[in-house]
Amino acid sequence: MNRKLAVISAALGFALSGTAIAQNEQFVPANFYWVGPYAPGGSGFGGGIIDYMAMINERDGGVNGVKLTWEKCETEYNNARGVECYERVKKHPPTGATVIHPLSTGITYSLIEKATADKIPVISMGYGRTSAADGRVFPYVFPLITTYWSQATVLIKFIGQKAGGMDKLKGKKIAFVYHDSAYGKEPIPVLTDMAKQYGYELIPLAVPHPGNEQQAQWLQIRQAKPDNVILWGWGVMNPTALKAAAKIGYPRDKIIGAWWSGAEEDVLPAGSAAKGYISAGFNAPGSEFAVMKDIKKFVYDKGKGEFEDKARFGSIYHTRGVVAGIVTIEAIRLAQGKFGKGKPITGEQMRWGIEHLNIDDKRLKELGATGLMPTIKVSCMDHEGSGLVKFQQWDGAKWKVITDWMEPDRKLVREKVESDAAQYAKEKGIQPRDCSKEAL
Amino acid sequence: MLYREAGQFKSTYAQDSQIFPLLQDRVAMVALLLVAFIVVPLVGDQYWLSAIITPFLVLSLAALGLNILTGYAGQLSLGTAAFMAIGAFMAYNAVLRIPGIPILAAFAIGGLCAAAVGLVFGLPSLRIKGLYLAVATLACQFFVLWAINRIGWLSNHSSSGVITAQSMAIFGFAIATPAAKYLLTLFVVVFMALAAKNLMRSETGRAFMAVRDMDVAASVIGIPMMKTKLLAFAISSFYCGVAGALYAYCYLGTVEPEAFTLDLSFRVLFMIIIGGVGSILGSFLGAAFITLFPIFLSVGSKWIETLLGIEMSHAVVSNTEAIIFGSLIILFLIVEPLGLARLWQVAKEKLRLWPFPH
Repeated sequence: MNRKLAVISAALGFALSGTAIAQNEQFVPANFYWVGPYAPGGSGFGGGIIDYMAMINERDGGVNGVKLTWEKCETEYNNARGVECYERVKKHPPTGATVIHPLSTGITYSLIEKATADKIPVISMGYGRTSAADGRVFPYVFPLITTYWSQATVLIKFIGQKAGGMDKLKGKKIAFVYHDSAYGKEPIPVLTDMAKQYGYELIPLAVPHPGNEQQAQWLQIRQAKPDNVILWGWGVMNPTALKAAAKIGYPRDKIIGAWWSGAEEDVLPAGSAAKGYISAGFNAPGSEFAVMKDIKKFVYDKGKGEFEDKARFGSIYHTRGVVAGIVTIEAIRLAQGKFGKGKPITGEQMRWGIEHLNIDDKRLKELGATGLMPTIKVSCMDHEGSGLVKFQQWDGAKWKVITDWMEPDRKLVREKVESDAAQYAKEKGIQPRDCSKEAL
Repeated sequence: MLYREAGQFKSTYAQDSQIFPLLQDRVAMVALLLVAFIVVPLVGDQYWLSAIITPFLVLSLAALGLNILTGYAGQLSLGTAAFMAIGAFMAYNAVLRIPGIPILAAFAIGGLCAAAVGLVFGLPSLRIKGLYLAVATLACQFFVLWAINRIGWLSNHSSSGVITAQSMAIFGFAIATPAAKYLLTLFVVVFMALAAKNLMRSETGRAFMAVRDMDVAASVIGIPMMKTKLLAFAISSFYCGVAGALYAYCYLGTVEPEAFTLDLSFRVLFMIIIGGVGSILGSFLGAAFITLFPIFLSVGSKWIETLLGIEMSHAVVSNTEAIIFGSLIILFLIVEPLGLARLWQVAKEKLRLWPFPH
């Protein structure tokens, strides 16, 4: 009995001392999901961001000597659990949660107000509320790199290019097969506007969550015979759609997926039915980038790393998580440069860091991420910072990048962003910031 | 020894029909309410208030609503989440479109709209029973979510279908902090739980129970079937609607229709099955079990990890939580099919005899 007590108290002492030394540390919460229908995305993205932070700790000893720490919290891609996780980690020592990556459009929406009140920045990279790109109304929310609306314009542009010019879109039919949720519905206004502009006919087809039942939708596609199908799916919905397309004989290279429909996990279960399928992406897959090699050398070769299945190393979701890691660490570095090197920063200081993020080609090269991600320049006005999208095609074994970075229709997107943000500001009684007066 | 009714004499009918006939119970209840209203907001930190206790209270109210329908009136329903969705979205629309409306009135409008829809979907209950009725209410679940997704007016034409709860104020006092939101929720829940308790002790409640136990016999002794069943649907939906409005306004702050999927309906159904079918207390106990237990498991697994100094793969931990939770539910149902409320009742009876079991 005594021995047991001694062991427990020793363990307790160890646990307490573990928290007591948490002084020169920067805490980044890892609120992702490892179970449920969307686990491939959650665990892949989460694995990437954690692997990158582990690499920075091993290789550089942290950011200017400040070690990065993290704690995992299971959100199950569920709003209620996501909010619970957020509340759990937000006051974590020493300086609270630095930044949140909710990895769910729904959770992002739930956190917009809470995080703004708590002064914790939210990075919704490639998802979330598009109009948050207007940094005047949403100071703490950053839909970095690219938003759904930007992606929608690039998708239409890509289809136009393939058809031989935007004027060729006239009279074409484009089916839009989407996940019936906030995520799937977000691009509809932009696609409808562009339909008016370019004269194509949009056929929206909703697929209810989780999306493993799509016969009715693809039957409609067979009847309507659209020239292209835009697949805006998530999780199990993607391989199901590809299989259904194969069944009705719809050519797979006419199906263009969104970036949450374009990972290995989305095509492998469909087997040969996925060959030729094209999808968008804002990060490239692969383990040959210098930064990925570093992760392999400093993390995986030492027997650590997030993936037990090494085949997932360098997959789309993994590198997307690494991109999120790069963005996060660069912002921390920037904020430290202003508010004190070698000291942990607060959420408010982190916000400044993200807002002044400027990763150009030179910095990308230093980071070893050339080609992995586009350049980013964030400002008070523009919380998106890039908007660039690449396309890739599945050749049956791996994703092959088939285009260079493509520009979105910035004018159209920005107009809609500003009007939507203005409406939100009006509803909420928010006085938009004056960006010319922001401290540099 | 302490929990005994010896010496407590009842000399009036009013005393005889109190909710808590025992002095000890009354004292305990007053103490509990004092703790809930005064101590909890003072000592509870933000995490506890906004992420644990408030959702627990909101879901208790939803479970209470379902318990009125399923536990007391015997009509199985799988549409709970749909009624919550109506409550949330209609409360939002009430605040949006009626300038200067008090927030509690908006909640009530949300509840009344849910009650109206509940009435319509309660109509099949006049002809069908049991599992078949559950299927009919399932239609309600899907129809309501479909309608909210398709009718832009309901979400004020938000492109993503997500609504954000407006800021709340009562008599000029802003309800913005977690403590204030908690107090508002607590007030609504306590008030409605008391109303439900009294309703179930009244003629209406007795009619519900008669219908539940045997509807043919109930109609023979003169209980109007249509009125009783539809009333049960309306009251139950009202409770669920108010719970939905609280879910949006006091808990999440934003809701999308996907927050109210069939999954939530099932969770509320599990709450009353685990807590106790046909028991007000059971609704609270069940909600506590279903909402809090996964969180404790996830926090607890971290303690175990640090205490034992081992590192488990997070995917394993997450899945283990689900497995433990599922097994516990099965275990509970085998050991005590009447739910946690029954366990509590047994404990109280034993306590009355303690320490002399005979």
